[in-house]
Amino acid sequence: MVRCKTIIAHLSEYVDGEASPELCHTIEQHLRGCHRCSAVYDSTRKMLVITGDERVFEVPSGYSARLHRFLDKAILEGSAS
Amino acid sequence: MNDQALMEKSREPFLIQRIRAGERSHFHELIRPYERRAFLIAYSVLRNQDDAEDAVQQAMLKIFLHLEQLAETDKFAQWAMRVVENEAKMYKRKRHQHLYQSVDEEQEKEGQTKHFHPKQFADWRDLPNEILEQQEVRAAIIEALASLPEIYREIFVLRDMEHLNIAEAAEILGISVPMVKTRLHRARLMMREALSPIFAKPKVSIWERWKGVNPWFAAKR
Ligand SMILES: [Zn+2]
Repeated sequence: MVRCKTIIAHLSEYVDGEASPELCHTIEQHLRGCHRCSAVYDSTRKMLVITGDERVFEVPSGYSARLHRFLDKAILEGSAS
Repeated sequence: MNDQALMEKSREPFLIQRIRAGERSHFHELIRPYERRAFLIAYSVLRNQDDAEDAVQQAMLKIFLHLEQLAETDKFAQWAMRVVENEAKMYKRKRHQHLYQSVDEEQEKEGQTKHFHPKQFADWRDLPNEILEQQEVRAAIIEALASLPEIYREIFVLRDMEHLNIAEAAEILGISVPMVKTRLHRARLMMREALSPIFAKPKVSIWERWKGVNPWFAAKR
């Protein structure tokens, strides 16, 4: 039986689809029988859905326009002096 | 990297050259691909939108003023994001001094991130998707992100929020691919752990909020 520690150590690889077929098989088999690891796996995936969703992290409206206006002003003033 | 991003990237040394030659208006084009990332980095440090905007503005100005000093023009992204990160931290220090706050908060956070083995095993399977759009969730993620040491926060932002691939992230951070993978793995475990109480513990409150957004539930009442 593979230890939980080993499964957790390869979890990112597995989530990213970079684990070898053998490793995938080992991990999937373990996840079916281990509630703890399976909970970590599920929540990690869920978290990545949330953090990776652009809607969760919209920049404030007008942010880009304000930034470029600021730079225009600052850079032009700089060139004047 | 997709074609568009690749084209933008390969254009950077050219843009930098033009800006150095006095065509300042190209600076807008140069920084445009990095605006969101810069904001995320600053916001994860400062946790306040106005402060983050200020910090990004100051950082971008510094980037412009010091563009001359950038030796490797193909490393612009890595250098620029480092400037943003430093500016945000400086801003935070200034703000802390101003508010007479102690550094205890900071130390406490550092301590929390020492362990990265999962301790919270609660299940999030019943987390409704509507939660995604909650302000509270956004705040929780920022909080969790800010609790991560810099090396983990930056990889998490680049990879799991900005969706860069491993190779791109390695390039920006100036570290090896295996190092990116190791840090990313730890960053994810730390983030998950930091977010666990928010999602797992207050089941009732999530249920309450769910009632508010689920028409089926509302109809049954
Ligand atoms: Zn296990």
